[in-house]
Amino acid sequence: MDAPVPLFAMTGISKRYGGVKALDKASLALHAGRIHALLGENGAGKSTLIKIMSGVVQPDEGSLEFDGRAVRFPAPAAANDAGIVCIFQELSLIPDLSVADNIFIAMPPRRFGLIDRKTQRRMAEEWLALAGAEDVHPLAPVKDLPLSRRQMVEIAKALARRPRILILDEATSALTAADVGKILAVLKRLRSEGLALLYISHRMQEIEELADDCTIFRNGCNVASYPAGTKSHGEVVELMIGREYSHVFPPKPPPVQAATPPILEARGLTWTNRLRDISLAVRPGEIVGLGGLDGQGQRELLLALFGVLRGVTGEIRIEGSPVAIGGPSAAKAARIGMALIPEDRKTEGLMLPMSVRDNLSFAALGGLSTGGFIDRTAEARAVDEMLRLLAIKTEGIDVPVATLSGGNQQKVVIAKWLMMAPRIILLNDPTRGIDVGTKQEIYQLLRQLADRGVAILFYSTDYDELIGCCERVLVLYDGRIGRELAGNELTERALVGSALNIATDTEEAGYAPAIGA
Amino acid sequence: MSDWRYRVAEHRSTLLAALVFVAMFAIYVGNHSAGFSANVVQTAANKGVLLAFLAIAQTFVVLTSGIDLSVGAMFILTNCLASWIVVGSAAMTALGVAGVLLAGLVCGAVNGAIVIFGRLQPIVATIASGAVYFGIALALRPNPGGDVSSDLADMLTGQLWGGIPASLVVLFAVILAIWLPFRRSSLGRAVYAVGSSEVAAYMSGVATRRAKFAAYTLSGLFAAMGGLMLTFFTYSGEASSANAATYTLNSIAAVVLGGVSLFGGTGSAVGAIFGALIFRTINDLLFVFDLDPLWQPLFLGIVLLISVCIGSVRLLRIRNRLDLFG
Repeated sequence: MDAPVPLFAMTGISKRYGGVKALDKASLALHAGRIHALLGENGAGKSTLIKIMSGVVQPDEGSLEFDGRAVRFPAPAAANDAGIVCIFQELSLIPDLSVADNIFIAMPPRRFGLIDRKTQRRMAEEWLALAGAEDVHPLAPVKDLPLSRRQMVEIAKALARRPRILILDEATSALTAADVGKILAVLKRLRSEGLALLYISHRMQEIEELADDCTIFRNGCNVASYPAGTKSHGEVVELMIGREYSHVFPPKPPPVQAATPPILEARGLTWTNRLRDISLAVRPGEIVGLGGLDGQGQRELLLALFGVLRGVTGEIRIEGSPVAIGGPSAAKAARIGMALIPEDRKTEGLMLPMSVRDNLSFAALGGLSTGGFIDRTAEARAVDEMLRLLAIKTEGIDVPVATLSGGNQQKVVIAKWLMMAPRIILLNDPTRGIDVGTKQEIYQLLRQLADRGVAILFYSTDYDELIGCCERVLVLYDGRIGRELAGNELTERALVGSALNIATDTEEAGYAPAIGA
Repeated sequence: MSDWRYRVAEHRSTLLAALVFVAMFAIYVGNHSAGFSANVVQTAANKGVLLAFLAIAQTFVVLTSGIDLSVGAMFILTNCLASWIVVGSAAMTALGVAGVLLAGLVCGAVNGAIVIFGRLQPIVATIASGAVYFGIALALRPNPGGDVSSDLADMLTGQLWGGIPASLVVLFAVILAIWLPFRRSSLGRAVYAVGSSEVAAYMSGVATRRAKFAAYTLSGLFAAMGGLMLTFFTYSGEASSANAATYTLNSIAAVVLGGVSLFGGTGSAVGAIFGALIFRTINDLLFVFDLDPLWQPLFLGIVLLISVCIGSVRLLRIRNRLDLFG
């Protein structure tokens, strides 16, 4: 095997944010016609590295070479012009513009100097089809699309720029399995066309399927580069987290007695056309999973239980007695004791510029204040306890929560709700985009909470997680509970099958009666 | 197949503003003693066009999710300037018009530069710059007076064949020559993108600074067009602080009535024009229904409040409370 000159090389890159070293003399080389996987925990420096590659952030030291020539990218536009396009984890779509406008945002087709909307619409349709998103209308405003469709549009947009180097940063995290399949096929085709691809994902099976080369980052530095397939799962994870890799999921206790009365019960919950006649029960000490394809009503179900949705019909019972939950403040009251760990930690879970202390104590301020004034000592004590319990890595409790890594931010979100000692916890895909180590800690924490008698309703897009953590999984399809899986039935095959609603009538699946339950 | 549905949805707020205006104007002429005559339309048009220019000026900045509180001052400044230089021979007059428009461009560009490079909030930057512009206007015209080429003034404020008001034609021509190309250009799209999500626009390689700069500069240009038209109507210049303040506030009201979102990213100058015409027609309606002039500001305020509420009616239909904050 010869070692040709890399298409793109970064050497000796360092970057500091304040006192925190994000990158420390890191290097990376990409070759044309190969897919390079970048592995590492959150906070390992992957995001900073690709931000430098794509011109969002300037390195403190080090050099970039493209085609053997030294380059500098002062802004994202410069990197784009050079042929480097990045699909960011935080979506870069403009909500008020149409899909077609977004795909051609930087270089629309023109006629007489003006944007040619007809051509643009036709080309957008072609790129959407190439990305496997034929179902998206090119004139639909992006703000009306669900998250998974937006991510497909994002990919179409990147392809339309005809990049020479394509960076995908967790670009498949919100996608359904079918979409991921389409995207992987597209990426393989791009590789055969001679592009260099840099692929970042927490999903090992995608990396195994795609990658030619792998580089592992840890603590701001590349610790290992190797041809794909030469290291075992265990070795890879060990290199990433730098510690022994034991069981990812804590052992499950025996199932909760069926006779135990449920603490949370829903009967016939219905909301617009997104939730249809949902009935479920969660007992103390149980972790119940919500599965199914993305966007089948799981998020809406959690929001309905938390009192965020208006016009929900049906009944919610807490400890057997019906309650009306008018909003989050009613839901978290001691009488109900419900907490919702939201999906989008940056907007719904945290106040990014505020301190770790303020973020942690917000939901529990009622219990920490006397006569409307916050008891600072009681607050500090409670906050310290949470930092210890969840092993949150922070420089202090008064630094802005925005300076923490993604995994630690997510821990703050969880800790914030634990401070009010909830009896019922609803989780909305809490491990999306966080590292293996933190995930493991979250699984352990959920199990501990359940052992203490907390009832947990857990939505995840990751089937492994549902299988590993939950006693029972309710699979949603088209706003109803399509199937309930428990014990030995709980396999990946069964989850995927029921998520696609394969077991029911295929002609009019949407109106087929729910089976099971 | 359903393309037209998306196109209609895109222009819904503009169409709604147009419908409301047509309905109100019909009521107005229906109750006017002179009925639907060329003179009634001309008077209404001339009053409406002034505010329409300022509403367009405001639209550019509001689309970037900014606000321009100096449009009134730029309007007055260019009015005072025009009362000095838009005089004399045809060539001199033409040169004068160019000078006034250039002055507007410069004022707008200064606003843009302050907001972009000074990193100040638009509201603060334009309050300050507006005060400066008004100061210059006062220096130019300590007392009301001056003159303007009456040939040009009469041509642009009179009637064309068939009683069509010339001022409306000017407005129409400007929309055709500037707004429509702008809307179809990369620059225009960048302005919408910046207002909708500046971070996403930047990450997509959109020239966000250029877009904002263009928006403020165009705002100055349209304020200057308004200032020119004011001079043509009054044949003089006057540094009136009351006018500067009223027109600034009314331009914001017109933009809101015309369906341009103050959060940026949606709406159009055409909608803002109808917003301005609606706002003027309310005044006229009060007149034909013989309401005491003392009550007019109060009544206008109530109408504005109601219309803003109607604009937010969708919030009542929201089924997911989280959308309230979007």
